[in-house]
Formats: sequence, structure tokens, C-alpha cells
Amino acid sequence: MSESATLTESGAVKPSLWELIWTFNQIALASFGGGLSAWSREILVVEKHWMGEEEFLSASTMCRILPGANQINLAVFVGAKFGALPGAFAAVFGLTLIPVLIVLVLAILYFQFHDVPSLQKILHGAAAAAVALTLAMVVKTGRKCLHGPIPILLFLSTFILNGVLRWPLLLVLAIVAPLSLIWAWPRSKNK
Amino acid sequence: MLPEMHLRSVNEYHWLTDNQFADVFAISQAAPGPSILIVTLIGYKAAGVFGAFLATAAVIVPAGVLVYLVSRFWEHAARSPIRMAIEKGFAPLTVGLVLATAYVLGRSTDRDWRSYLLTAVCAAVFIFTKVNPLIVVAAAGLMGFLGWLG
Repeated sequence: MSESATLTESGAVKPSLWELIWTFNQIALASFGGGLSAWSREILVVEKHWMGEEEFLSASTMCRILPGANQINLAVFVGAKFGALPGAFAAVFGLTLIPVLIVLVLAILYFQFHDVPSLQKILHGAAAAAVALTLAMVVKTGRKCLHGPIPILLFLSTFILNGVLRWPLLLVLAIVAPLSLIWAWPRSKNK
Repeated sequence: MLPEMHLRSVNEYHWLTDNQFADVFAISQAAPGPSILIVTLIGYKAAGVFGAFLATAAVIVPAGVLVYLVSRFWEHAARSPIRMAIEKGFAPLTVGLVLATAYVLGRSTDRDWRSYLLTAVCAAVFIFTKVNPLIVVAAAGLMGFLGWLG
């Protein structure tokens, strides 16, 4: 891509379509056992510096609110940010192509043999680590944005309502999101 | 989304049995990539390889179009107060959602004290060291394979 070195607003390098495909493929393959959101952050924010922390977090919440699968939505969102429509296609293609093939092979194996025991054992271990990566993401991102009582309160109430009480996401957001926006609105007295 | 999927594919169309749905769910959670690829598995059972690709495309495209439009609006709104408020305000909320995800996932995947311990140790490694997470996940998978997790 000729424009692969232009600067975006945040000062990061603008990735080419190939880089989008390759990066999202990397994210997808790293996430065996789960933890795709944590891997997305690990690679997009920490490793590549394509997005800032707050930009990534807000994008991932919007992608959860919108219908569809949040992880694929995030690929569309990030791909579109860097490469408009072709970028969105590239990111989704990178994220899904190899995993679809893997899942397809697993499906064929599963419906032929009805069990994949050693696979399940491996996944049991990998899933425990994936949970850990997600927890680590909470700590790392929390350090940066949970300063002061209000953000901590917003964080805790979202966690308790959605995680512990299992209220539906949209209901939780209908309650917490307006409060968050009032708190964060740039014209309000906290700046 | 998942309960609805279960209702349609098991109870209404009888593409899979209840047990198969549970297994297919486990496979899609653990396999690399988006967990929504459970639809690829269901599509495969319903109509073979073609069904698998069709189901995958069907779950990606409609929502994708909507997200694309929103992302275009988002770029145009670069310096607007609404975007600034969302970026700042949604950060704590998102961290809460991520913790909720970890909590729910942990309760379903960590079955006994050994897996809880493994999760705790891995989390400490991720937080306090710069070891490539992939190595840690692979090592944890190996421990599972060797039967150390029961």
C-alpha cells in the first residue's frame, strides 16, 4: 500500500491492508483457549500502538452494544478506521479465515469421532491461562483509567451488575452508560 | 445471542442434539478466533462445508455493515464532545465488563483449586513480567495435556 506510512491523528503509523490481515490473524491464532479481547488489546494497543488505551476500550464497548459478535465488530471497527471498507474486509478476513478452517476441521473430527479427549485437556489448561490474561488486562487498563472514586464506582457497578448478578448487557449499560457520560462530558465542571 | 441460537438449532430445526450443542459450544470457546464461530460448527452439522461458510458469512455481514457505518460516524466526530465523553466515560465501564467476562469465564472453565491456582499464577506472570503471553498459554495447555489439572 502506498499510504502505509502516513500518520494518523494519534501519531501512529497507518497499517496497510496486508498488515491488517496479518495482525488480526495473529490476534485470532493467539487466542486459543479464549481471551480474544485481551489479545486484541495486547497486540493493537501494547505491541503495535495502533490505538490508545481509551480509544480501544470505548471502541470495544461500542462493539458490544451493537448487534452481532463483539469481536468481529471490533475488527470491522479497527479495519475501517485504518482502511475504510477494504480495511474492514481485511481485518475481518484476517480474524476469521484461519479460525474458520480450524473450527471446520474440529467439527469434522468431532462429528466423526464424537470426542477429542486430549484436545479437551489442552484446552482446559489454555482456558485457565486465557482467564488470567483477561484478568491481567483488567489490572493493566484499570491502573490507567480508575483514578478517583467515580470511575471506580462506575467500574464496580458494571462488574457487579453484569458479572455477578448476570443482568443483561443492554440493561446494565442503560443504567451505567448515561452516568459515565455525565461524568466524562468535557463541558462539565470536572475537566 | 447464545440462548436464541440454542432454541433455533436444537429445538426448532433439530440440527443438533442438546449434548452436541454443549460440545460444539465448548469447541468454539476454546478454538482460536472469535467464539461466535460456533455458527460455523452448527452450519456444518446442518448443511456440510457449504453450510459452515454460509452460516459464518450470515453472522458477520449484517452486523458488520452497521458497525462500519458507526465507525464512519465516529471518525467524523473526532473532536466532538460526545466522542470525548464516550472515550473517557466508557473506559471504567469497559474495564468492569472485561472483569465480568473474566469472572463468568473463570467460573465455567476453572473446575477445581488446581485450575484456580494456575489462573492466579498466570495472571501474576502477565501483570508483573514481560514474558510473551503466548508462551504462558501454551505452557498452561501443556500442563492440561499432561493431566496435571485433573
